[in-house]
Amino acid sequence: MKYVAPTSVEEATQLLASEPDARVFAGATDWVPQIQAGRPPPGIMVDLKRIPRLVELRRDEGDGTNGASWTIGAATPAARLTEEDAFRADFPGLTEASGLIGSDQIQNRASLGGNLCNGSPAADTVPAMVVNHAQAVIASSSGTRTIPVAEVVTGPGSTSLEPGELVVEIEVKCPPANTADAYLRFIPRTEMDIAVVGVAARITLDDSGNCSDAQIALGAVAPTVVRVPEAEQALVGSPIDDDTLAAVAAAASAACNPIDDKRGTKEYRRQVAGVLAKRVVVLAAQRARERSGGTA
Amino acid sequence: MSRTHVSCTINGDETEFLCSDDQSLLNALRDELLLTGVKEGCGTGDCGACSILLDGRLTCSCLIFAPEAEGSTILTVEGLAEGDHLHPLQQCFLEGAALQCGVCTPGFLIAAKALLDNNPDPTETEVRYGLAGNLCRCTGYDKIVRSVLEAASQMRESA
Amino acid sequence: MTNPEETTPSKPDYKYIGTRPIRPDGLDKVTGRARFAADLSLPGMLAGHVLRSPHAHARIVSIDTSAAEAIAGVKAVVTRSDFPDLDPANPEYNVTRNLMARDKVLYEGHVVAAVAASSRHIAKLATEAIAVEYEVLPHVLTVDEAMADGAPLLHSDLLTQNVEPEATEASNVARRTVLERGDVEAGFAEADVVIEREFTTKPVHQGYIEPHAVVADTSQDDTSVVWCSSQGHFRVQSQTATMLGWESSQIKVIPAEIGGGFGGKTTIYLEPLAVLLSRKANRPVKLVMSRDEVFRATGPTSGTRIRVKLGAKKDGTLTAGKAWLAYEDGAFPGIWGMLGCWCIFTPYDIPNFHIEGFDVVVNKPVNIAYRAPSAPMAAFATETVLDEIARAVGIDPLDLRLQNAAKEGDASPLGPKHGPIGLSETLDAIRKHPHYSAPLGPNQGRGVATGYWFNIGESSSASVNLNENGTAVVATGSPDIGGSRASMAIMAAEVLGIHPDRIRPVVGDTESIGFTDTTEGSRTTFATGWAVIEACRKIVTELKSRAATMWDVDGEEVEWVDGEARHTKGDNDPLPLAKITAAAKQTGGPLTASASLNAKGAGPAFCSQVCDVEVDPETGLVTILRFTTAQDAGRAIHPSYVEGQMQGGVVQGIGWALNEEYIFDGNGIMENAGFLDYRMPVASDLPMIDTIIVEVPNPVHPYGVRGVGEVGIVPPIPAIANAIHDATGVRLRDLPMSPVRVLEALTNGNGNSDGDA
Repeated sequence: MKYVAPTSVEEATQLLASEPDARVFAGATDWVPQIQAGRPPPGIMVDLKRIPRLVELRRDEGDGTNGASWTIGAATPAARLTEEDAFRADFPGLTEASGLIGSDQIQNRASLGGNLCNGSPAADTVPAMVVNHAQAVIASSSGTRTIPVAEVVTGPGSTSLEPGELVVEIEVKCPPANTADAYLRFIPRTEMDIAVVGVAARITLDDSGNCSDAQIALGAVAPTVVRVPEAEQALVGSPIDDDTLAAVAAAASAACNPIDDKRGTKEYRRQVAGVLAKRVVVLAAQRARERSGGTA
Repeated sequence: MSRTHVSCTINGDETEFLCSDDQSLLNALRDELLLTGVKEGCGTGDCGACSILLDGRLTCSCLIFAPEAEGSTILTVEGLAEGDHLHPLQQCFLEGAALQCGVCTPGFLIAAKALLDNNPDPTETEVRYGLAGNLCRCTGYDKIVRSVLEAASQMRESA
Repeated sequence: MTNPEETTPSKPDYKYIGTRPIRPDGLDKVTGRARFAADLSLPGMLAGHVLRSPHAHARIVSIDTSAAEAIAGVKAVVTRSDFPDLDPANPEYNVTRNLMARDKVLYEGHVVAAVAASSRHIAKLATEAIAVEYEVLPHVLTVDEAMADGAPLLHSDLLTQNVEPEATEASNVARRTVLERGDVEAGFAEADVVIEREFTTKPVHQGYIEPHAVVADTSQDDTSVVWCSSQGHFRVQSQTATMLGWESSQIKVIPAEIGGGFGGKTTIYLEPLAVLLSRKANRPVKLVMSRDEVFRATGPTSGTRIRVKLGAKKDGTLTAGKAWLAYEDGAFPGIWGMLGCWCIFTPYDIPNFHIEGFDVVVNKPVNIAYRAPSAPMAAFATETVLDEIARAVGIDPLDLRLQNAAKEGDASPLGPKHGPIGLSETLDAIRKHPHYSAPLGPNQGRGVATGYWFNIGESSSASVNLNENGTAVVATGSPDIGGSRASMAIMAAEVLGIHPDRIRPVVGDTESIGFTDTTEGSRTTFATGWAVIEACRKIVTELKSRAATMWDVDGEEVEWVDGEARHTKGDNDPLPLAKITAAAKQTGGPLTASASLNAKGAGPAFCSQVCDVEVDPETGLVTILRFTTAQDAGRAIHPSYVEGQMQGGVVQGIGWALNEEYIFDGNGIMENAGFLDYRMPVASDLPMIDTIIVEVPNPVHPYGVRGVGEVGIVPPIPAIANAIHDATGVRLRDLPMSPVRVLEALTNGNGNSDGDA
């Protein structure tokens, strides 16, 4: 393997265009163990971390038509998100997802871009990005395009990226008022495990405290992240009481298409997906309530 | 296979070494520079025995390709003490019996330093979560956690 | 030389014993200077790599190394044809066949060849270029599969030992063990409550953070110097020599600093390969295992199936006990089932019992000792059933154990009578601890359990050399896996009367120190410490004699007190040790002494524990809230390191109870050979582990020492299982008690139709 570290997106895309055996990486926290386990390494490994745009983290205030949004470089370490109070204030759920990837050692290297493009069904940040309608900005030597994060991963280990393309940054619009996200996952220890089930939720409350919008996404229970429209519909217009939560749990369990593996059984994942869906909705709603500062 | 030349600062010293591009920084530190304080417990980022500070951030050197170290500043356990003066963490580990076989100790010292750099007054829970990336099989962590809390207290007093 | 008669002074005023000096190896370990085997480099050193079987069971049809040998940079290759075939009666026969497969590979990971090359990269490429033709055979992975009629056999010549009539047909059952006393059926008939349960456990790994590593430097005259990570370098020496067909004296083994062992480094895996590669290449060779190799190819401890039946009267007296145990041995026969039989009822005085155990080979890595080997699985069974009995007869679980505890003078299941033992004291310590009566919240429960481990004595050598300046070098042959150098310094200090800081404890290599058995069986502070004490006593005798010479008085007028010679019948000023050593050349020459012994009378270790858990009823997640352990150390030489052993054992037990297991696919390939999915506890999983050291001195040892390293791992599993029951009403009898299993049990009631509450 040969190592190169381009310093601009143009340089990186030129490289990818001209070298079919080149692969990009950010933290390599998934990649190194995969190579150790026998995955054939590429001829050229392209380090994205020296490209300033790819390690940025900035909030744009926006104008009248477009609200505030955040731009996160695809190779920005997850730790920078957890350290940024302003980011946490806007996206507590996406922040906690970022803070759950492995250990502190891992979070200083792991990135949203890597977590997304590695294509693991159990990636912690993907459900949280999906409920926040995050967009992936993709560059190639022929230009850039932007697609919802939900459309990037197509199956375990595979993405919709064409050869020569790389994810450059993730854009997330700041949530509207009275809205908050949350992410919960189940692992057998307290740290260091791959998610057995991960659930993200984003809840918006109206003035009377009922749910006016809901996004629920499940991770690690299907080949890709799964939205749960039935749960979302059950929530909209409801006061998020026990009956609603029971419906949410049932819908989440039903939406799973899990496998048996060394981390959990199908049955277990289905059951716990329901449990976490309830809990994460309650958490997101609580945050949304706090955010509305008593007007609801 | 041609080798890459890397220049960086390690434990305060300007250092250079040759490596192959797919060599981990862990292997480069141990095999090229004979800095054997970092240990390979797993090679996959799951045990923390290879922990270093890379540009001030706690990382597993087994997950870093050696050429990435170009121009960086690295701290390993060999750079913790200042001359004859042990770092309070090192001293507290000794006094608190926070080590038995000692193979995880360099990684824990670096991880604990990173923790206290960012959070000088951690709770027991914060210490436990901050050290969750480091495996110890001998001590059951009890004396390690106590020693880190003690070092934190001493460091706050003398600050 | 055998150990002399000894009595222990009762709670004397020790000067150094019981203090907590900084361990002598500590500074090197916190500064990164400590040299573990993989840290060593020699000029011209080559890197080794091992080719391992991809199949759980296969015949090796052919091995072709020519392509590998042709790769530039490859300096040596070894295969089965390079090692002699031993007589099957040789005690090391199985070890040699584990280190290099012969006609068959018996587990995934079994060694097929090894290469030494100028870099690790080339060595790996070379192993990939070795062409091996296999004929894959059917395999067995559990005791159930291996014991079934018509099961594929691992060894065509393995006949079950100790069956009647004598076995004539090959089997996967290597050995049967039976221990019995009295009349079990009559005993059960007397009982008011009889409970019979069945348990299963999975193989778990010792999990030492340092993978096995060796550096070997072999000369053309067939002598080799070996540095390795090992708990017993004399065993490394003899096993390596045996495998090569050499004399032990051709190999010098230097123990490097060892990064954890827990029993897993009491055998060899790499050394003969490295020695022979080095011989062939005529250059030093370093061989280091990856974590993946450690899991796939070094001994975990046995998976088991155990049935326990206990009977008790309604006043709580146990009347009868029956146990059936089957332990996996891995690919070659072992003694693990036998040891399980030795432990299973031993903490208790049961008048009628029948214990039958089996050692069973399976197509998995060869099992090796793991901290109190075979006892934790047996305790899981007995201590859980005892908990059920306690509830059935309405007696507090601690009281039930106290009532039936083995006492001094009781005969143990193996026959010999117990000496003074601390079981009752540890149970009392738990009862009195605030933990035992602290309130519990919703979904929380409390469990107790007791553990036993024999501890062994065996042979140790020690030597003491006094330097001119009054410092001492104390050398032993025991690799330090827990802080034994600190303890040696303290015991020597106590005898010599000088501060432990003035004593330099070292671990000698096989050429510098007398034969010493492996650091295992919690023997080091006991037996090696005893040898140190003996050597120091000899030196003190000599020091007194030198003082007498210096004073020109009769030897009987000299006493040794507090590190100095005192003139009891005159008024000469005392002579501190340093003054005597300074004058040594004039009074008779260098001051040295050595001692060797085969220590008898190792006191068994007992331990009682209490654990609080919280169970999330919706996910099955078990959180350890609080844990307290009370252990009889006989005499705690260095209390911090006794506490460290206790805490380490508890946390290994917690991991074993909750999440650790070997997971195999249908082809016998391990699926979780890494620290990501082999889930050992991390710091955030745990609370502080409170320790209570109880001291019931072992009367045989000069300072009353009882081995402490192992027993702590025995009670946690049943303590946690009992706590989970207390919290949820559900009993788990299959390990690990992972969230998946706990939730399943909560959802389905776990077949608990036996009416227990």
